[in-house]
Parts: sequence; C-alpha cells; structure tokens
Amino acid sequence: MPILETRGLNKHFGGLHVTADVNLALDDGELHCLIGPNGAGKSTLFRLILGEHAPSSGSILYAGGDITALKSFERIRRGMSVKFQVPGIFKALSARHNLEIALQHHLEGGSLDAETDRLLAFLNLSEVATQLAGNLSHGQKQWLEIGMAISLKPKLLLLDEPTAGMSPAETFATGEIVKTLNAGGVTILAVEHDMSFVRQVARRVTVLHLGRIFAQGTVEEIVADERVAAIYLGQGHA
Amino acid sequence: MIRHSRFIKLLEGPQTLGRGPLFWGMAGLVLLVGYAYGVLTLNFGAAYGFTLIALLASLASTAVFAAVLGYFLYFGRISGVFLGIVTLSVTLVFERFMAQTAGPEWHIGVARLNGFNGMSGMPPLTLPWFGGNIVLFPDIGLYYFVLALLVLTYLGLRILVNSKFGNVLVAIRENPERAEMLGYDVRKYQLVAFVIGAVLAGLSGTLYTAWGQYITPSSMSITAAALPIVWVAVGGRGDVTATLIGTLAVLAAFQALTIYGSQYALVVMGLLLVATVLVAPEGLIVTAAKLAGRLGRGSKESA
Repeated sequence: MPILETRGLNKHFGGLHVTADVNLALDDGELHCLIGPNGAGKSTLFRLILGEHAPSSGSILYAGGDITALKSFERIRRGMSVKFQVPGIFKALSARHNLEIALQHHLEGGSLDAETDRLLAFLNLSEVATQLAGNLSHGQKQWLEIGMAISLKPKLLLLDEPTAGMSPAETFATGEIVKTLNAGGVTILAVEHDMSFVRQVARRVTVLHLGRIFAQGTVEEIVADERVAAIYLGQGHA
Repeated sequence: MIRHSRFIKLLEGPQTLGRGPLFWGMAGLVLLVGYAYGVLTLNFGAAYGFTLIALLASLASTAVFAAVLGYFLYFGRISGVFLGIVTLSVTLVFERFMAQTAGPEWHIGVARLNGFNGMSGMPPLTLPWFGGNIVLFPDIGLYYFVLALLVLTYLGLRILVNSKFGNVLVAIRENPERAEMLGYDVRKYQLVAFVIGAVLAGLSGTLYTAWGQYITPSSMSITAAALPIVWVAVGGRGDVTATLIGTLAVLAAFQALTIYGSQYALVVMGLLLVATVLVAPEGLIVTAAKLAGRLGRGSKESA
C-alpha cells in the first residue's frame, strides 16, 4: 500500500498551471527521486504535499487518510518531515540547540541529551556542536537540517535538493546518510539535480516536466530515456 | 535603500531587525487596564485588599482582550508590517474613544470616564496584612513592591525563555517556517506569547494608575506608544537582560533630560531610536556584548 499518494493534483497561480494532474504514489519504505528541469514544478509539488500551498484541485492521501485539508504542522505530527532546499536552520542558536528544539517533542532530560549526541555523531557534527548554526559550512548546515528533519522520527522524509551546493565528497556522504535512513525504514522522496546522487541512492525516479509527470521508472530506464535527455538539454538536442 | 528598509522593518512584525515581533499597541493595553483598575476600585473601594483583586481582575481582562485581538491577528494571518499597523491603530482608537467620554453619560457605576481629563482618585494598592493593611503610597513602599515585581518578572521571563515553550518561541523568531515544519502550531505559540506580553503591559498599566492615582487618554497617545519601542530597541530586544538594562538606562536619561523640557527629551529619544536602527539594529547593548565577545576571542587566539 502506498504511504503517500497524490490524486489528480493541480495547482495553478492565475493562468499559470504549475502542477497539472499529478498522480504520484510512493510505496512504504521506498527511496524515490523526483527530477526535472528548472520550473518543472518540483518545489510546488513539495509545498502541496507539505500543505504550504492548497491545491487548486485533487487530493493527497497519506498513511491511508486524506490529508488535503490538514495544516502543515498537523501533517508533520502524522509522521512527515522535510529538509528545505535553502537550509532552514535556526542560525543564531548552536547546532546542538537546533537539534534539541526538534527533539523536545518526544524526548526530555537524559534521553534527549543522548539522542542529540547520537544524531550529532551520525551527521559528523559532534566537533561543531557548540558553534552557532549560522557559522557552519554549507554542507554542515545541510546535514544539520537533515538531522532536525529526522529528529521527528518521520515515516516519510521529503528532501528538497539535499546536496545543493555540496562538494562531490559531501554529496557522497549525504547519499550514504540518506541510504542509512532508508534502510532504517524511512520512506524518502528527494528532489535532486545531481544525477550522481540519484544514481547512488534511488531505485525509482519520477521526471516532472511543465508540471506533469513526464516519465517514471528505474534509474537505468530514466538515464537511458532519450526524451528525458531532450527536455534537460532542450529540444534542439533531441 | 537598505537603511530606509530598516525603518520599514521597525514597523514590521516577525523577524523585525532579526529579533521577533514588535508591537506598537501595548500602550493601548496599558490604557485599558488603567481604566479597568479605576472603574473597579472607584466602585468597590480598597477595603479587604480589594485593590489586589482589582489588579488581578484588570490583568484578567487584558488577557481576554489580548487573546481575542491576538486570535484575529495570528489566525487571520496578519503578519509583517501589518502587525505594527493594526496594534498601533487599536491603541489610537482607544485613545480617541476615551478622549470623547467627557459627558456625564459616560460612567461605569460611580466611575466617571471624564474624557480628556481622565479618571482620577483611585486608591493606591493596599496589601492586606496581619495587624493592619499596608497602603502602598507612591513612596518607598511602592518602590520596593515594584522592584520585587520587576525581579519576579525578570526571573519568570528567564525561566520561560529557557523552557521548552521558550525554545519554541526562539525557534519561531529565528525561522517560523522551520518551526512549523517541526510540527509546532506557530500561531498558538505566537498567541500565547502575545497574551503574556499583554498581561505584562497590563501590569505596568495598573501599577502606573495605582502610583499616580489617575489615568488619562494622553498617557497613551502616539508618543506614549512609541516610547516603549525606544526603551526596548536601544537595549536590544533579543535578550531579556539587555532589554531590562537598556530600559533602565534610557528612562534614567529621559528623566534627566526632561529637566530641560519634555519636548526636548522626546527629540533626543527620537534621535536615539534613529541612531540605534542605523548603527546597531540589534540594540546597543546586544551589539556591544557581541563586539566584546569577538574582541575577547580575538585576544585569546592571538595569545
């Protein structure tokens, strides 16, 4: 049974159809990548799933229930979590404090400290735990936000360009973090531009183009698909 | 342009100059509570510690009013510059309304509202005590009572800021979207924080009324509404201690300057606000503390 399903999801801003009739289903435990050229509607789809935008029509089902009308924080409380494209961290607080705010939902006292330590180590952030989050390197900020997102022990984790701006080594390390999480049972939907990352982690890939699902398949199928190459490179190269 | 936008930000709500919402409207609440205290005590007197009950009832009425106003502000998704505009408008509406209540038909019980002249003759705070009440005339007694309340409020706010609830408030100040995406109902937290702020403003209003034994609409004019902004902006609003020290310093300076005339003092306050916004938007004390910290680290590293 899918953990997340969008049915006929549409979003238009005035006459601009950003998301058009998107039917996307994510199986429980899947690691799914969403790719597509700039302006394909990936971020809007994320915001629809998160409840930051209300769809113009269509519905979103999550864990067997219709969540279309729920507010963002209610969706989060049902086991969704997100890592934004631009790291959404609390810059004026220490890395440790950032994680504590995320963890205090379900933990306190000694177990909160222990889990914070565990997460810092898992994310290679132990050394910088007391530094202000705003002073961390770009990659560390991305990891810290992934840490905040997984603090909630989500069933479904949405990652919006988790490796944006990262070095190849950081990208690879992020890929391993994502694979470890998925092996632990977390369903993951990632928007990503970096194809090396997609190859490293994903099994199934969905390509969005002009707000519609353009292609869907395994990584190998998508990489071999000439139509997909054409929309990335422009029609002139087809 | 950048500097101009800082002034716009001063009117704004969340993340104003990077430091949480700023309300121009707290003065309106001071006015409301001052009148509530007046109406209650003029009607029911001061015996049996009733002034304390009047104080608590006034605070409760502020809390209710702030909860209703805050509900429309936050659940109506009013944000940014509009929080400042709406709260300032509420204050000015109160002031205008009270100023036109000069006629004898404007009374609640025996308490005449008295229009622009305001309400006067309220009893000072009276604490019931074994072997006789302690009446807190505007003197040493009231001073220590207010000082004790200040210490309690300060400690209470520190505890609040370091609690789980405070953690979420700090998170909302830093990044409301992220806070919501951690599963926190941001609007509820903002509403509760707004009510807490309103009750504290109300407390100051009651104390002001009990001290001077009068309240007039002009106590809460646009000038009066703007002054608290100067107090907190100069010290720095990101830190309770900085706000406290800043307020004490600015008020002391203001009092000293009024020797030369109250308008003159106001001009200086305005200049101080402009200077703070341009030079140290986080507040003079917070900025100074940060500089000192940076210098301290620098000297350690070079040593």
